[in-house]
Amino acid sequence: MLGWLFVALPERRLLGATSRRAPTPWVIAIMSFSIMLIAATGLALANTAGVLSRAIEARYALEVPGGGGNLDALLAAVRASPGVSSAEAVPESEMRETLGKWLGPAAESTELPVPALINFDVVPGADLGAIQKRAQAIAPGAHVSAHRDSVAPLLHSLTLLQWVAFGLVLLLSAAAAAAVVLAARGALDTHRFTIDVMHGIGATDLQVTHLFQRKIAIDAFIGSIGGAVAAGAVLLLLTTGASFAGELTGGATLGLVDLAILALLPLALTVLATWVARVAVLRALREAL
Amino acid sequence: MAWQGCAPCRKACLKREGEWQRLPEFDSVGLRYGTGAEVLRDLDFRLRSGAFYFLTGPSGAGKTSLLKLLYLAQRPTRGRISLFGQELTDASRDALPPFRRRIGVVFQDFRLIRHMSAFDNVALPLRVAGAADEDVEGPVREMLAWVGLADRASARPPTLSGGEQQRVAIARAVINRPELLVADEPTGNVDAEMANRLMGLFTALNRLGTTVVVATHDVGLINETPGAQLIRLENGTLVDPTGALRNPPRPKGQR
Repeated sequence: MLGWLFVALPERRLLGATSRRAPTPWVIAIMSFSIMLIAATGLALANTAGVLSRAIEARYALEVPGGGGNLDALLAAVRASPGVSSAEAVPESEMRETLGKWLGPAAESTELPVPALINFDVVPGADLGAIQKRAQAIAPGAHVSAHRDSVAPLLHSLTLLQWVAFGLVLLLSAAAAAAVVLAARGALDTHRFTIDVMHGIGATDLQVTHLFQRKIAIDAFIGSIGGAVAAGAVLLLLTTGASFAGELTGGATLGLVDLAILALLPLALTVLATWVARVAVLRALREAL
Repeated sequence: MAWQGCAPCRKACLKREGEWQRLPEFDSVGLRYGTGAEVLRDLDFRLRSGAFYFLTGPSGAGKTSLLKLLYLAQRPTRGRISLFGQELTDASRDALPPFRRRIGVVFQDFRLIRHMSAFDNVALPLRVAGAADEDVEGPVREMLAWVGLADRASARPPTLSGGEQQRVAIARAVINRPELLVADEPTGNVDAEMANRLMGLFTALNRLGTTVVVATHDVGLINETPGAQLIRLENGTLVDPTGALRNPPRPKGQR
């Protein structure tokens, strides 16, 4: 099946030596580099979304719009409710600090009504209606809301970004395939003489195709591994110290499966390039006669 | 030295012995390139197995086009062509390579692969035919010795003289012991002495049973080849409808 890859030395010489300045490995390297970074970002975003989703799955907030003069009583009531595993009040100072980001010094005004907020976690099957009723007995305006409702737009955006990353990976792969088609056609033109000689002595289209397929497979392998190594170095640099990475990925790390996927990408790119080269060369040879 | 054929293909040649009598047959063949005028018209002829033919005619008469039809580099636009007993006019592209392997072609411009040694150039047809490495070495060395280039096996074409390159091209054309050898102006780029030497190789091969078709302008060359037959083309048609005019042998040296 891979016999075409391991041909005798004289057959390797048929198309001459590959120049280090040949563009194909460089183009593939750039594509591989970009694909790796985008795929890593996509996977990190998926992990971030997963971590976030899991973290807020059972988390709810009890909000009292008018502020909480009776916050301690509310907190005790929530903690005492069946199904509540933990509850914690958000200090007013913290609320004002958060509001300050939008309102500035006006957030410190005592005239500003700051809502009271209690975050709590529940076990599956907890009766949220009962919790709300208990709270309303103490503070009539109190209502329970799920954290996932408020974070839903963010999660939606993260999902969208994952798809964008996936789409970009596909687009870049398509661009790499197009570059390989151009490279294959260029190589056919360059080696038209050798092809004519090969056909003249009875070589089949497949035999001729194997020569180009092998050459492009090697170029693609070198390019995609080179690009992947460069991308790996950049990822390492970003994740080992730069806070930028944390901001970019929400602190999410890549798991073993993610790393395995990333490691397979250069190989997948090589396989894609080889297959595209084979199809392009065979088609071009058939169109030629 | 007398070359007796190469070991790897001798068995195949014997197997095909019954087909040796069936060489090219052209039946009302015409050829045009694109939408241009016909460059070959109404060609009707049959080549005799084991014969030696010269294909002559003025420039532009269609000699190279006829040779391309013979070595299956071109399909006719009309008429039928049979080769080795097979109708090949409408044969699929994939069906042609096995027939091409039974034809040796020598080009005026040699068409050697520059970055491969003389040895590898000569070995190419055997490798394309799938011969194992151990079946390549001996026959190629033998063939290079036959054309007088045993000591130039590792030389690359750009370092060889015109005559040497042409001999490498001939060695490559005949390494598979072809049943039909086609040569397009093989002596066009060499001096008279080398031309005679090359023709000696062709006649030696012909004596081994290969049918030889040589396109040439060189009347002297024709006259020096006893028993050769003449096919003359003018304006894309055969001057002699029988396709083979007997050329009386002349004593060597008379050109």
